[in-house]
Amino acid sequence: MKPNKTSTIAARAALMLAAAASLLGGSGAALAQAKEQFIPLLVYRTGPYAPNGTPWANGKQDYLKLINARDGGINGVKIAFEECETGYATDKGVECYERMKGKGASLFDPQATGITFALTDKVPVDKIPLITLGYGLSASQDGNVFKWNFPMMGSYWTAADMLIQHLAKKEGGFDKLKGRKIALVYHDSPFGKEPIPLLEERQKMHGFELVKIPVTAPGVEQKSAWLQVRQQRPDYVLLWGWGVMNSTALKEAQATGYPREKMYGVWWAGAEPDVKDVGEGAKGYNALALNGHGQQARVMQDILKYVHEKGQGSGPKDEVGSVLYTRGMIISMLSVEAIRRAQERFGKGKVMTGEQVRWGLENLAIDQKRLDALGIGTLIRPISTSCQDHMGSTWARVHTWDGSKWNFSSDWLQADEQILKPMVKAAADKYASDKKLTRRAPADCQS
Amino acid sequence: MLYRENGQFKTSYGADQQIFPIAQDRVAMLLLLALAAVVVPGLASEYLLRAILIPFLILSLAALGLNILVGYCGQISLGTGGFMAVGAYAAFNFLVRVDGLPLVAAILLGGLCATVVGVLFGIPSLRIRGLYLAVATLAAQFFCDWAFLRIKWLTHDSSSGSVGVSGLSVLGMPIETPVQKYLFCLAFVLVFGLIAKNLVRGHIGRSWMAMRDMDVAAAVIGIRPMAAKLSAFAVSSFIVGVAGALWAFIHLGSWEPAAFSIDRSFQLLFMVIIGGLGSIAGAFFGAAFLVVLPIVLDNLPYWFGIPIDTALASHLTTMIFGALIVFFLIVEPHGLARLWQIAKEKLRLWPFPH
Repeated sequence: MKPNKTSTIAARAALMLAAAASLLGGSGAALAQAKEQFIPLLVYRTGPYAPNGTPWANGKQDYLKLINARDGGINGVKIAFEECETGYATDKGVECYERMKGKGASLFDPQATGITFALTDKVPVDKIPLITLGYGLSASQDGNVFKWNFPMMGSYWTAADMLIQHLAKKEGGFDKLKGRKIALVYHDSPFGKEPIPLLEERQKMHGFELVKIPVTAPGVEQKSAWLQVRQQRPDYVLLWGWGVMNSTALKEAQATGYPREKMYGVWWAGAEPDVKDVGEGAKGYNALALNGHGQQARVMQDILKYVHEKGQGSGPKDEVGSVLYTRGMIISMLSVEAIRRAQERFGKGKVMTGEQVRWGLENLAIDQKRLDALGIGTLIRPISTSCQDHMGSTWARVHTWDGSKWNFSSDWLQADEQILKPMVKAAADKYASDKKLTRRAPADCQS
Repeated sequence: MLYRENGQFKTSYGADQQIFPIAQDRVAMLLLLALAAVVVPGLASEYLLRAILIPFLILSLAALGLNILVGYCGQISLGTGGFMAVGAYAAFNFLVRVDGLPLVAAILLGGLCATVVGVLFGIPSLRIRGLYLAVATLAAQFFCDWAFLRIKWLTHDSSSGSVGVSGLSVLGMPIETPVQKYLFCLAFVLVFGLIAKNLVRGHIGRSWMAMRDMDVAAAVIGIRPMAAKLSAFAVSSFIVGVAGALWAFIHLGSWEPAAFSIDRSFQLLFMVIIGGLGSIAGAFFGAAFLVVLPIVLDNLPYWFGIPIDTALASHLTTMIFGALIVFFLIVEPHGLARLWQIAKEKLRLWPFPH
């Protein structure tokens, strides 16, 4: 026994030394591979959010593979990518960010609101843009304060605003909302709390009653929340969940007997993994749809043809075109388009730095023609960003689960600028004064 | 051969009572300090500093604090994450609400608030022990989680409950680059390490250990249980609170209550158990094991160029890591610090063991 122990110690010490050596030396190696645009993929394929994180991650990766396989990269610049598992945990996400940054990352999609918050302070120093499509910090729409954040296509505030608009339309006008009771069942984290200021603003305007019911993360235990729903009998329930919380909520609603037709989810609570397990029980449940879905879109056909048929697909074939897969694909599409836009200015066929990609993200102008050319004309609406507006567009639809698939049940909705603009500005100003930042000078927009 | 104390004669009580009685230990310690303070900042990459060394230092500090309570005083605590949160949010509030308050003062005041909360939740320890106390401290964890999620005043009315700090500086020097952050944490760890080591060597530490070994006997020989237990809770939660403030301010920059969830409490308790209960060095071993090893395991396939599925790599990391924990606990139930001690004992006799 005795010699055994010393040898274990020696072995352990050797292992530690080897590890330390490679840590010291290893980080610079990847930088040397020029001519490849490196896009880090922060993902979570494990943990309570994996059912939703996995199709998202697959969509992101497949589109990059498609660009490499079909177009030979962006104007000849091949895309290199690497995944890093965050498990939706902020500290792990920060570690991933540092690891990927060392490899020459040009932009990040953190895939989690908590990680976005932690990285928002780090990216201005490292000069790497963050793309947070439909999530993240709502105030970061204001590009004058949040130079490096891009909450493309929507934030939690636009989502909450559109849901209230949709409910008003259903009731027959905003004045009909008066005296109604709307419950917000939310994931008790920054993600779930973000919509509250907007809902409170709308509550003041229309006089409905807002009941806030938090669900402890990750949301597998919701009995008390739904007991509250049963006691309060709200006219509508807004579901602000992610991962296992959504399917659990639908099962609880079923058990409580709360009509699913009166439940409206955010776009993170409106994908196949949320309702598939509940099946018939989720019939009638509505959620926002930030993007269209399905395999008919030309880009999906291309992914099937160039990626999946070559055996390169990241996930199962029938997952292609699902709601979150499509969203991941759109994130990669916007990243690629931003790099393409940056190349137009800084040199075609060159590898773009984080700063140059940021310029590309800020000057995106994707019109319907371009969307059609990309093969996603039916999935989203045109996007154009500017120095002031890092969101680009706020369009979304509502879709309803019929027991086997999602069907659109509303026209395209858009958030109300009149309400949103002053709120974003006030929140951005508060952020700037808390952090002792100054707004960007107009000249800075040209750079 | 080299590591032995032959010929080193102590001629005063002072020499006999110093922290490292063997000259070689002192030299090794000074070399280690020089390495940590001079060589590492010069050589380490940004990734190594920001993603590994800074979290390692801060969690070592937290484990050190917890080790005083669990390892030295024998009071099991599952509220460490909560006490870290108190330190972090209190320091944040002091920094934001009091104009011109120096950073170090804010962090220490944060630690002081954690002390108050720690002592408050330590009171039940006078009546209950063992697993029952663990359950009582669990209440501290859940209370803190609840307070920082619900009481808006504590999070400076931030709509999302997430708060952040930036533009930190000490005596006019900014704490921005990884090297500066690393040195800032290192300074805290050194000072608190030294304080803790001296506390546990003195009469206070002895009263804690007497409490741990048998509280009735300790009371009989004149140690007041209340003073001993509550002082252990106070010192422990102070250090843990400071570590929490550092974790939030220096490592994360902006954070939410989830950063100090029950998982953090368990992680720290595992660090203390695997590192070695009742040992200062054990806190560092434990932190290294729990912080560095998963990252190394995670990176191994990449270093060897093995293409491996992200999910599979993550699952493998967890499995190997779990197996290693079991392995080390079987080989040496007293933790890595005990292994280290055995190695030193053997070295002193080498090459002529009895």
